[in-house]
Amino acid sequence: MNRRAVAVNAALAAFAALTLAPLAWMASASLMAPGEASVLPPPLLPRSPTLANYGELFATAGIGRQVANSAFVAASATGLSLLFNLGAGYAFAKLRFAGRDATFRTLLGALVVPGQVAMMPLFLMLKQVGLVNTYAGALVPWLASVFGIFLVRQYALSIPDELLEAARIDGAGELRIFTTIVLPLLKPIVVTLAVLTFLGAWNDFMWPLIVLTDRELQTLPVALAGLSREHVQDTELMMAGSVVTVLPVLVLFLVLQRYYLRGLLMGSVKG
Amino acid sequence: MKRSAAGWLFVAPALVAIAVFFVVPVVGALAMSFTDFDIYALADLRNLRFVGIDNYVRLVRTPLFWQALSNTLYFVVLGVPLSILVSLGAALLLDSRFARFKAFYRTALFAPVVTTVVAVAVVWRYLLQPRYGLLNHALAALGVDPIDWLGDPPWAMPAIILLAVWKNFGYNMIILLAALQTVPAELYEAARIDGANAWRRLRDVTLPALAPVLLMVSILTMAGHFQLFAEPYVMTQGGPAQRTVTVLYLMYDEGFKWWNLGSASAVAFVLFALMFAVTLMQLRLARNAESA
Repeated sequence: MNRRAVAVNAALAAFAALTLAPLAWMASASLMAPGEASVLPPPLLPRSPTLANYGELFATAGIGRQVANSAFVAASATGLSLLFNLGAGYAFAKLRFAGRDATFRTLLGALVVPGQVAMMPLFLMLKQVGLVNTYAGALVPWLASVFGIFLVRQYALSIPDELLEAARIDGAGELRIFTTIVLPLLKPIVVTLAVLTFLGAWNDFMWPLIVLTDRELQTLPVALAGLSREHVQDTELMMAGSVVTVLPVLVLFLVLQRYYLRGLLMGSVKG
Repeated sequence: MKRSAAGWLFVAPALVAIAVFFVVPVVGALAMSFTDFDIYALADLRNLRFVGIDNYVRLVRTPLFWQALSNTLYFVVLGVPLSILVSLGAALLLDSRFARFKAFYRTALFAPVVTTVVAVAVVWRYLLQPRYGLLNHALAALGVDPIDWLGDPPWAMPAIILLAVWKNFGYNMIILLAALQTVPAELYEAARIDGANAWRRLRDVTLPALAPVLLMVSILTMAGHFQLFAEPYVMTQGGPAQRTVTVLYLMYDEGFKWWNLGSASAVAFVLFALMFAVTLMQLRLARNAESA
């Protein structure tokens, strides 16, 4: 009995240590002096921790610009996603209209199409209207999402109809009901959708790589991929770049973990 | 305001956005895959010609396409079961009544999921470095000779699988953990009274109870694995010897490096068809297993 308890906890500790090791090494190497990580045997900790790599990253490589780009794109994507998905998700759950369920089923069906299929024509469409190499071009795929609508709908189903009926009898319009009664009730799922979208947009790579070619406009992952090709030998500098890219989302996740995991679990029941 | 009209007004912005920025492009991609849309058409649409199924025929005759297909399938066939196995192991440990500090371990094990794939691919490129990388040094302690993970053709895809398992196992771990917690305790109690040991309880109680969730998890994980792109883009650029060129990597190169957008669209639809077929196959297998 006791032996098994020890085994389980030892296994968990080892598992967690292995999982965190790459991230810990990333943070540690980012504080090493240039070239320090590439000696034998490779050191685990910096001899004398220095922020020099971060200094070079921001001063010379000018990564502050890309941090700002990423923050702006991710925040805008979040705002847009809330704007488009909240009303739609609520309506699919609580408002009756002709063709509602068929439309919703069709939307869910669209989930089988991988998003990358749309990328070639979408690029041409944006080129036609001059949105290639703009923030707007990077944001277009984040406007509305089937997943977001689904998430909000599942949550909104739990709103009691009597509440809405009572407001209607009092003469409230549908928009007013939505803003004053429904939105406050949806708050938890609003946070969930916001975290999921922010992290998704921050971490996204392929579409920003395609649509943002101008370095001044690039998001962190795109800039980091480019930097890593130019600075193959600069281990410590690249680790600092990785920390700058990963840390904001990791912190955001730690703070809002509960909401993030709720979204993950709700999304997984759609199968 | 009539309620039916209100409903449509609420969903209209989202539907229009999805129609314009998703449905139209997807249909457009299908149409484009039957044209020779290339850099000349990009400059002047009058250079565009309808070529029927030529793009698909040419793909089938291109060795790199088959290479990309087999690389992708290798990643899926090896990576998905491995990833789910690790997720299941972690979930079982976390679900154990002996486990302490569950919340901490759950967060620690989940952390890689929320990291940026490009950043961790950069990190892993150095961890996998043959001379100074920590992985080879850890292996050396076990008596394993250094492996040129990203430079030796047979090792490159396994290295990417390793990264993918590390990065993604936490996702399914959370789903499986939630499912484990819904298995009634009486079932385990009954099995224990019947004298079933831990292994028998896992095989006869836990796994059957998890079957529907495992099916869903494997379908979602597979869909994700078919879309491998950023890892090879950052770590290997498709090499060595084109052993990490994936279908999506091929699509990106065709479309946005060589500007053969017609041919890239054909690649995209092959990927879509493949994912669709594999998902259907899985559902059918599951149904047969259920009725058997």
